[in-house]
Amino acid sequence: MVLILGFILFQAFAGGSENTLSIPQFGEANLENRVSEHYINKSVNSETESITFNQTLNPESGSANYVTSIIANYRALDTLGEVTVLFIAAAGLAFVLGGNQKNYAFAEDASFIVRTGVKILFPLMFLLGIYIIVHGHLTPGGGFQGGAVIATAILLKFLAYKDYKLNHTGLSLLESFAGISFLIIGLIGLLTNGSFLTNFLGNGTLGTLFSAGIIPIIYILIGIKVGAELSGIISNLINA
Amino acid sequence: MAFLNQWAYIGGSIILILIGLFGVLTRKNLIKIVVSIGIMDTGVNLLLVSLGYINNGIAPILTEANASNSLNFVDPLPQALVLTAIVIGVAVLALALSIVIKIYENQNTLKIDEIRGLKL
Amino acid sequence: MMIISYLLILLMIIGALAAVLFENLLNSIISLGLISLIAAALMYFLKAPDVAMTEAIIGAGLTTSIFIFTLLKIRRSDNQ
Repeated sequence: MVLILGFILFQAFAGGSENTLSIPQFGEANLENRVSEHYINKSVNSETESITFNQTLNPESGSANYVTSIIANYRALDTLGEVTVLFIAAAGLAFVLGGNQKNYAFAEDASFIVRTGVKILFPLMFLLGIYIIVHGHLTPGGGFQGGAVIATAILLKFLAYKDYKLNHTGLSLLESFAGISFLIIGLIGLLTNGSFLTNFLGNGTLGTLFSAGIIPIIYILIGIKVGAELSGIISNLINA
Repeated sequence: MAFLNQWAYIGGSIILILIGLFGVLTRKNLIKIVVSIGIMDTGVNLLLVSLGYINNGIAPILTEANASNSLNFVDPLPQALVLTAIVIGVAVLALALSIVIKIYENQNTLKIDEIRGLKL
Repeated sequence: MMIISYLLILLMIIGALAAVLFENLLNSIISLGLISLIAAALMYFLKAPDVAMTEAIIGAGLTTSIFIFTLLKIRRSDNQ
């Protein structure tokens, strides 16, 4: 059965121009035929004009990172759906494994070198996570990567001490606050401009830190939510 | 050489998906089935990103060095889709592993031949 | 320059076969981490830095560690 599926997949992806139902050759995709050309020229709703770094004032989307402007501005509704799926997975895991929580997971603390190293590394990793979240519209990064780095920093603390506990009430409050704020920002966009999740702040100069409207605000909320959820998943798995 | 150039990335991703599918269908240990689902996940994400590559393109970020929008950028749309898919993949794996832990506590075995659903 | 990509793809396929065919569970989990790491390097060659960062952090960091915590629970219940 695997061989039949493999044959079908290889035939579907065979490049070349004689097979009109398939994709073009690897490396020769023509961007004029795809919708990404409008995303690159920032001309989905307006005319094409030239965009330069640090000089264009008030462009359509405002962030210098094209992937961020697609996730948080042009297709922000898909990000809302993804945040919902993450919430359902974390809640399901807490329902299945949250019954009888033990008091400690390992038999003893880690050695002295590990404990001292964690004391030095934990604030640095937390700071790196916050830096990656806040600069999401200028450099590669954003909410998802920064949230995962924060969850890894908390995992480091779990590995060093044998009875480290997280405050589950505080985590769930933080996560709910971030989710509800996302929806309220979308509803404010609906009330002032006419459609859900539009950009109601100004756009500023392309490339500075305080630019791009609501994109940094959305990414900070997503970073808080993803970090809290992944930390909750790890805490439930260790103490089950 | 042209054949290898065209089929390397796409063919490698398809072979990874097929190895993952083979693992899901034929292995008998529950944790090995979940590992094969993870392999299929990685294969699909690699396939999606490799469909948007342009020869001699540059990464889709405006910086001081690449300052205007008329340069040869790589397609940014598949990258945005894959970013979401990776995070959802890890959440699904965590949920599947929690169900595996509960099955082990109940039936005390991990082979799918010996698990009985309804105890008589 | 493409020789490095071809060697990495070959190493990834060998790692995937190792992850499916090994008997020891710990060896399978470490092969899954190796596959995620090589996929992150390949995504960097395809000029996608966002996706490479996400796959490296989540694939090679969090996925391997939640698999090992599951193994800890199962061995713990086995000894009792």
